[in-house]
Amino acid sequence: MTPSGRSSGGSSSGGSATYDRTVLEAQLVVRRAGFTLDVALSVAGGEVVALLGPNGAGKTTALRALAGLVPLDAGFTRIGQEIAEDAGARVRTPPERRRVGVVFQDYLLFPHLSARENVAFGLRAGGVDRCDARGRADAALARFGLAEHTAKRPAALSGGQAQRVALARALVGEPRLLLLDEPLAALDAGTRIEVRADLRRRLADFAGATLVVTHDAVDAFVLADRLVVVEDGRVVQTGTPSEVARRPVTAYVARLVGLNLYRGVAADGTVTLDGGGSLVGAHHDDGAVFVSFRPSSVTLHRGRPDSSARNAWPVTVEALEQQGDTVRVALTGQPDLAADVTPLAVAELGLEPGARVWAALKATETEVYPA
Amino acid sequence: MTTRRQLAGGLPPVMVPFAVLAVLFLALPVVGLVVRAPWRTIGAELSQPESLEALRLSMVCASLATLLCLALGVPLAWVLARGDLPGRSLLRALVTVPLVLPPVVGGIALFTALGRRGIVGRWLDQWFGISLPFTTAAVVVAEAFVALPFLVIAVEGSLRAADQRLEEAAATLGAGRWYVLRRVTLPLVAPGLAAGTVLCWARALGEFGATITFAGTFPGTTRTMPVEVYLALQRDPSAAIALSLVLLVVSLVVLAGLRERWLGTSR
Repeated sequence: MTPSGRSSGGSSSGGSATYDRTVLEAQLVVRRAGFTLDVALSVAGGEVVALLGPNGAGKTTALRALAGLVPLDAGFTRIGQEIAEDAGARVRTPPERRRVGVVFQDYLLFPHLSARENVAFGLRAGGVDRCDARGRADAALARFGLAEHTAKRPAALSGGQAQRVALARALVGEPRLLLLDEPLAALDAGTRIEVRADLRRRLADFAGATLVVTHDAVDAFVLADRLVVVEDGRVVQTGTPSEVARRPVTAYVARLVGLNLYRGVAADGTVTLDGGGSLVGAHHDDGAVFVSFRPSSVTLHRGRPDSSARNAWPVTVEALEQQGDTVRVALTGQPDLAADVTPLAVAELGLEPGARVWAALKATETEVYPA
Repeated sequence: MTTRRQLAGGLPPVMVPFAVLAVLFLALPVVGLVVRAPWRTIGAELSQPESLEALRLSMVCASLATLLCLALGVPLAWVLARGDLPGRSLLRALVTVPLVLPPVVGGIALFTALGRRGIVGRWLDQWFGISLPFTTAAVVVAEAFVALPFLVIAVEGSLRAADQRLEEAAATLGAGRWYVLRRVTLPLVAPGLAAGTVLCWARALGEFGATITFAGTFPGTTRTMPVEVYLALQRDPSAAIALSLVLLVVSLVVLAGLRERWLGTSR
């Protein structure tokens, strides 16, 4: 990840003076029956921020609000120097005048228009004459490696091609802000990896601000310079992908990045966990903390281990699941945890639901950070 | 292959003879019309001035009625499909009334509304000196009244089926309302609009009950083909058959055109 390496390069489009600064700043408040979205966002020029969260967290609502498709109940949206919306002042620029490029989930290409006409659509709507618009659309499609597909209707394109047409269509008008809603969700697993890498390169070339909405941790980690994790309409964590991966603060993020996560109170080197049990961790300050560790850092033993591990506690096997060449073991105890062991260990220890074993964890394998 | 086998396998045998009977029931009258047509004199029958006049009047009135239906029906379909008004289901039921109402009753109803002493027609007469019944305009109104539901239902259906998110996508690309309407919405609903227009025109062309009640049978002004057929039957059955054949051909052309369109647009 190169968080700041993209800031200033290649801003050949208009308004380059603002691209190094914050392009998007927003406080989005949208109220629905039984649900309130309330998130603050800011994205700099050249930066890619991922809005990551489970389904129903309000990510798509946030994206639609930024595009102007959903009105804000409170808060504001500033794009570039312009206040696109201010709920308090009753200012609201309609979507067609926001200069925001959007790549929708399932792309929403116009089914009755060719790839070329899809890309030219925004230019034509903006008053560019037909010939000029087609020329620019063809050039954009060529840049996206679609020179041979300009005359095709969306139905004749593969998923990856359709995604690139959607991206070309969103970018051809040189927007200041690019929004992508689950840009890879419509693709099958095979093409996904390739398209993801390609998308990352495309986004790196874009001088404006980019916000990617996704529920897929890998997409977010590969594409984004910075993550904003949203749960239940609220921001629960922000940071670079490596910060978030190393130090998750909610069960959702911990699960996404495959870590065991606990909350507790640290005193004299020992963390007393809120859910019961305690762990000896690496060096840290006293007070409310999170403790996390990798399932692969855990070792399982038939009896109390006399190894150097500072943490050892009895646990009961609840479930086993093969994951690649390791086995993920769900264990209950004080505290509950997940452990990754080899199939050989499963056989030797006789691990099966209900089996009682000991879990051991070195203090140096834990990550302890303030809550 | 497999579908045919499944169909035959799941079919109770007792249904088959009735289905065959139904086909015969639908096909025989058409066959009869063709068999009994006065093929030798048909050219002369159809080139009678009354026949040509009736045919021309029918075409003109059906086309005008269709235009009227388009002007009124498309906005109504829009409101039904996209509007957020409370009495929408009631409104939709109202739209389908002319479908189930006997056309003669429709003609009477038009009289009570638009006739010289009708609840609205009275004022038309008093203020503007306009009297609708027994004029060519009355033919158009009667046909539009009966044909409007066909257009509204077809257009409403295609508006519902059109993905509104495509319109949102167009808006984010900088397209204003009219541009979205012209380049996204209308092309998306075009197949439904075309089908609705053709059905509407065909229904208007065949309109008899409401027309004869509200507009009468004046040659040249209100005597359309169906009315002419009915009148001809009483004095010269073979002329009636010849005229009917023309309407049959028109219907078959419409049907063929519709099938082509439906097959052409849906994969």
